[in-house]
Amino acid sequence: MQLQQMYQEIILDHYKNPHGRGLRDPFDAESFQVNPTCGDEVTLRVRLDGDTVADVSYDGQGCSISQASTSVLTDLVVGRPVVEAFGKFDAFVELMHGRGTVEPDEDVLEDGIAFAGVAKYPARVKCALLGWMAFKDAVAKAGGEQR
Amino acid sequence: MTAVTAPLDVDALRADFPILGRTVRDGKRLVYLDSGATAQHPNQVLDAEAAFLREHNAAVHRGAHQLAEEATDAYEDARARVAAFVGVSPDEVVFTKNATEGINLVAYAMGNAAAVSSSEPEAARFALGPGDEIVVTEMEHHANLVPWQQLAQRTGATLRWFGVTDDGRLDLSDVDSVITARTKVVAFTHQSNVLGTVNPVAPLVDRAHAVGALVVLDACQSVPHSAVDFAALGVDFAVFSSHKMLGPYGLGLLYGRRELLAAMPPFLTGGSMIETVRMEGSTFAAPPQRFEAGTPMTSQAVGLGAAVDYLTVVGMDRIAAHEHTLTVAALDGLAEIPGIRVIGPTDGVSRGGAVSFVVDGVHPHDAGQVLDDQGIAVRVGHHCAWPLHRRLGVPASVRASFYLYNDLADVDAFLAGVRETKRFFGVA
Repeated sequence: MQLQQMYQEIILDHYKNPHGRGLRDPFDAESFQVNPTCGDEVTLRVRLDGDTVADVSYDGQGCSISQASTSVLTDLVVGRPVVEAFGKFDAFVELMHGRGTVEPDEDVLEDGIAFAGVAKYPARVKCALLGWMAFKDAVAKAGGEQR
Repeated sequence: MTAVTAPLDVDALRADFPILGRTVRDGKRLVYLDSGATAQHPNQVLDAEAAFLREHNAAVHRGAHQLAEEATDAYEDARARVAAFVGVSPDEVVFTKNATEGINLVAYAMGNAAAVSSSEPEAARFALGPGDEIVVTEMEHHANLVPWQQLAQRTGATLRWFGVTDDGRLDLSDVDSVITARTKVVAFTHQSNVLGTVNPVAPLVDRAHAVGALVVLDACQSVPHSAVDFAALGVDFAVFSSHKMLGPYGLGLLYGRRELLAAMPPFLTGGSMIETVRMEGSTFAAPPQRFEAGTPMTSQAVGLGAAVDYLTVVGMDRIAAHEHTLTVAALDGLAEIPGIRVIGPTDGVSRGGAVSFVVDGVHPHDAGQVLDDQGIAVRVGHHCAWPLHRRLGVPASVRASFYLYNDLADVDAFLAGVRETKRFFGVA
């Protein structure tokens, strides 16, 4: 049953007990992203400390996939150099666009590898990337990409 | 038992729809409950479209050769059959790209009328500007909301709307204060694509006409599922969609009362819609051609003609009765499952076969995924009715919608699927 591959225990755990959820101050930039086909939305804030992602906080509403992937995102990028965070961003985007053909690297994506099954469902890829796109946008607004 | 009340032989009907014989998601029977989005096509429609292209294909309304004659006849014959299906005359039916374009056609024609009303007195009755009002409802599909928002923005008119009650009906407690002497147009849905609610047309038409306003009816969800007569309803304009009534994609229908179409300026302009063209300016053909610029969707119209024939032979009253049975079974079944909230009327009164709901503790997207895993195709999201979902306090919903080829086995599979959804996500 492919459904279990999609809804890994890790994803459901992050959905029920999200990490880093709730909007926090201070922050350098905020991004609001919405999936117009389903109405899922996320507001995500980023605080940078020099070249490091000091904090990511977020709020939103949406399906288990969109909410869990944002929770996983915070685990992966908070406390890391911006450049390393974007390396993880690229790896996650590649995984999600791989239609199930990309073998994820657990050292890079940690819990994020649980989303490999989601990549087989094209309609849900956007859900998984919602929070990640907000992160990229917020970091860019905070001037992080130039650093 | 008369033919009208005899139940449908769904097994026999299903044999006409090849797609219903396929399996999905590793060999599961397809339970197609998304006809509110788009209906499946019977062989009769597919064959009619193919036969036209194989045997009669040519550009219509031009050329004197035999194929052009045959194609024109087929195209106009389809128009006549579609017009008869909804109780109006062929010259009152305009073929558009889709129903959305039909609504935009009226909205843009009204905007254009505002621009030319000083030189064209006939167009003045459609013109609107600051101080005028456009009335819609909170349960509209975006297609019958955004064009009116935009028209208001372009002309300076004001958009007003009827609210929705908690049980998913139009709040018509203050009709006379919403539709006033300032109202130029009242646009509303005949049957909600989310709630299934069938709206009362007469009180809105009566009030609109009493103040001199035009009525635009979104009939996309009613015409495919019940006998609808636009002339009897007294609306001024109505739109519906080929692909939701067994017909091909790429084709919408706009009904407009003859004298209104005759006075209305065009929306899209170019070839096929002109009377004379000079470098200094042009005059336009009579309706419906005035509103059909460019080469039209000919094979699609022929396919729709076959769809109308198919629905007529089955009988719209029988289809409506059949869908009512399925809808009530689904509503009753959902009522027995704890933690399900149906949005829209929970009884079968004045409602069609769209059943939308939320599952406590499970996002609609996730619920739809579990249903899909069992071969059950439903729609999830806001169904292009975002303000309605906001009004009812849910971000999105799951929608099951029925048609003539669904049966009680589909309803049973659906209800079992909803139970499985709850089990899968561990909600009580």
